[in-house]
Amino acid sequence: MLDTQAGHAFVEFDRVQKSYDGESLVVKDLNLSIGKGEFLTMLGPSGSGKTTCLMMLAGFEAATHGEIRLDGREINDIPPHRRGIGMVFQNYALFPHMTVAENLSFPLEVRKIGKSAREQKIARALDMVQMGGFGGRRPAQLSGGQQQRVALARALVFEPELVLMDEPLGALDKQLRETLQFEISRLAHDLGITVVYVTHDQTEALTMSDRVAVFDDGRIQQLATPDALYERPANSFVARFIGENNTLGGTVIDLADEHCVVRLDGTGEEIDALPVNVAERGDRTLVSIRPERVEIDPDLGEGAHTLRAEVLEFIYMGDVFRTRLKVAGRDDFIVKTRNRAGQRRLSPGEMVTIGWLPRDCRALDP
Amino acid sequence: MSDAAPGPAHLAGPTPDTVLRDADRARGPVLAADGTPLKRSLNRALRAQKLRALGLIAPLLLFVVVTFIAPIADMLFRSVENEIVGQTLPRTVVALDETWDGQGAPDEEVYRALAADLMVASELKNHTRLGSRLNYETTGMSSLFRRSGRDVDDIGEVYADQFIDLDAAWEEPATWVALMADPGWDERQAAWHERRDAAEAERAAAETVEELRALAFTEREPRFRVSDMAQEELPRTARIYAQFAQVIQTENADSPTEEEPWNIVYQALYEDLSAARGRNYEGREGALLDAARDAVGSFETQPVKAFFLEEIDEEWGDPRVWGTISAFSSPYTAGYFLSSIDMQLTPQGIEPQPEDQQIYGLLFKRTMVMSMTIMFACIALGYPIAYLLSNLPVRTSNLLMILVLLPFWTSLLVRTSAWKVLLQQQGVINDTLVWLGLVADGNRLELINNQTGTIIAMTHILLPFMILPLYSVMKTIPPQYVRAARSLGATPWTAFRRVYFPQSVPGIGAGCILVFILAIGYYITPELVGGTTGTFVSNRIAYHISSSLNWGLAAALGSILLAFVLVLYYLYDRIVGIDNVSLG
Repeated sequence: MLDTQAGHAFVEFDRVQKSYDGESLVVKDLNLSIGKGEFLTMLGPSGSGKTTCLMMLAGFEAATHGEIRLDGREINDIPPHRRGIGMVFQNYALFPHMTVAENLSFPLEVRKIGKSAREQKIARALDMVQMGGFGGRRPAQLSGGQQQRVALARALVFEPELVLMDEPLGALDKQLRETLQFEISRLAHDLGITVVYVTHDQTEALTMSDRVAVFDDGRIQQLATPDALYERPANSFVARFIGENNTLGGTVIDLADEHCVVRLDGTGEEIDALPVNVAERGDRTLVSIRPERVEIDPDLGEGAHTLRAEVLEFIYMGDVFRTRLKVAGRDDFIVKTRNRAGQRRLSPGEMVTIGWLPRDCRALDP
Repeated sequence: MSDAAPGPAHLAGPTPDTVLRDADRARGPVLAADGTPLKRSLNRALRAQKLRALGLIAPLLLFVVVTFIAPIADMLFRSVENEIVGQTLPRTVVALDETWDGQGAPDEEVYRALAADLMVASELKNHTRLGSRLNYETTGMSSLFRRSGRDVDDIGEVYADQFIDLDAAWEEPATWVALMADPGWDERQAAWHERRDAAEAERAAAETVEELRALAFTEREPRFRVSDMAQEELPRTARIYAQFAQVIQTENADSPTEEEPWNIVYQALYEDLSAARGRNYEGREGALLDAARDAVGSFETQPVKAFFLEEIDEEWGDPRVWGTISAFSSPYTAGYFLSSIDMQLTPQGIEPQPEDQQIYGLLFKRTMVMSMTIMFACIALGYPIAYLLSNLPVRTSNLLMILVLLPFWTSLLVRTSAWKVLLQQQGVINDTLVWLGLVADGNRLELINNQTGTIIAMTHILLPFMILPLYSVMKTIPPQYVRAARSLGATPWTAFRRVYFPQSVPGIGAGCILVFILAIGYYITPELVGGTTGTFVSNRIAYHISSSLNWGLAAALGSILLAFVLVLYYLYDRIVGIDNVSLG
């Protein structure tokens, strides 16, 4: 599934660039291969170029430079309607003047599929998204979640091999979003279709995707599986963007292959870290540690690093406690602890010892 | 087990909720906290709000009622109103109705009635108005009435002379007053006369202008009243004399006590007496009357009918004239509406107008066809512009929008005149075509003073009314729809036809209604560039309002136009649905 070497890729961006005004690039030198049957998510803040990439793939925007290939065939000059790519839009884009069934019938009609075959396919697609009895309704008579299901069915009804989704769940509430996230990924895997999914919601990206491409400033910052992305962010942008993160500024004072020592700004304490994005001694670096990898009053065994910290704030969140600490002169250090039986509740002003394993502490670019 | 027992019992018992609900059900309407029914206290709470809302719209409402609804209602009423005939010729209309069979000239009786009516009308200067009114229906009526008004006071002269020959007292106004006036009026008049003389005397003694002015005598003479006796015994004489007295008092500001009656009064007296009426007269001057009654048998007679036909105008013998008067004698008439659809009202019923006078059917048809043409031209020209406007970046579309709106800021007259310059045979367009060699110099296109000119100029003028609603609708169609259609496999044309166009239909509908309704009633442009073949019903309406002064026909034409628009509006609502119309 992850065999994405050139030649085997189903979708391929090859040195693609895009500019709207001829002065600045929105997409800078994009190289991306997507395997057949893969669920790839483009994740990034708004303006990072992810939607532009999707629109270039769909054919609504032309690449300024570079090639886009679909199944080995260059598609730069093929108009959208001949690319055979299904698409789900953020605001569903269901045709308001047609019923649900007519909406689904539309892609089949333009493909000149006979009436009985059409009806079969429509029924199957609607059943697939649990909207079987809604064929006669108008989009305006449906809830947001139902509309999105119909939009999904419409994108799938003509059996495309590639489906693009542009923030399809952005307008829904949290609970509905979670249900649909699950359904979309299940459908994608059941049908074996390739999905390119655009979102700015990292949870969505992490839970649904086979791989996530994190976009920023027109470039892919990291392309990796969700767990690799979360646990091994390649640079400080990804570390900050994905999940919650504690960052401490410092200077590399010792550097080996798998190990480095960083002197923290502020207090001048020295800590061990995993060098990820530092080149040599003396480099400035940002050390990143996930809040849930930090232990309070640690019992981590050999090699763990400990620091003294002052409790500034203790927030009870039900399943977890969130503690804000003053560490190395910074007062935004967050620690998450599970609400276990017998877990001590801290109070502001208390001094505690915190610690973590050096491999959870990643020295990234400043 | 003993624990379980109270459970169901507890559930079945009263809870605060069910108690309230039961109480409500028992008491009927829901009550507010102070015990008044909730509906009433809600109404009271809303009343202030409603009154304020009413106060806010009241000035506009008043303005609209006074300047819009009332004039339209009045205009609609004018299209059927026809009281002038019955009011001006009351006796004639009745006599005609009773005695005329629609063939040939009517009887003497009708002419006598006509003579009396005409005499009054000519004194009141009403006969020309009536003539113009009837002239709308039958040409020649206007001059007939004007001529008759001049000669009508000669009718009865022969009787006046004979009465006066019989007794000079008949020439005295006092005789007539004695004969006709109600005794009560006599007394009041005498008292008034004394007051006036006294006032005159005081004024004569006045020394300064101020004093003179202060002593001005403004009291009017008491209104003349005919005695019941005269009314009963000499009905015709009494009626015409009463009218004579009224005219003398109101129009001439004079007194019947000082004016010799019209000749027609003598005529009426002769008619009364020769019909052997007035035998039981027991008032003043009874002896004079008796003497006259004995003498009328030997009077030289002059039939009124003969006088009309020989002395005034022989047209009075034409059954067409009488047919017109008879057909339009009722206070309300469908005549104007019939004229509007090229029909006419005759004594024989409703008939089509003569071929050479049928114009309104043609005009209505032309107005409709040309308005439709203009409407479709506006769609064809406006749709692409609106599409462009709604899809361009804001900066560019604003600039383009200014170009669209530019015509609005220019006077309609200026724009239309500019078209005259452009379109005429020696105009810019023809010159250019000739210069390009597309048109021979001797064969220049006729682009103005015909339907082409009207269509070109009006399409230009009404185009913004199509573009604006279209634009406002198109702006609300997200580009995503077309994109979705394209991604689903539709060609650009199919995506437009099946997805974009249906969603822009409300804009087309609104634009069509606006353009069509404006076009159907347009006046200035067809008037200036339409020549004779390119004019609309509205030009005809304007002609009747300002030139022919046939307001009734103008009102009828306007009403038909209004009805037409309403019918179209209704049809449109049924077919497209007025909810689907979006004006932005």
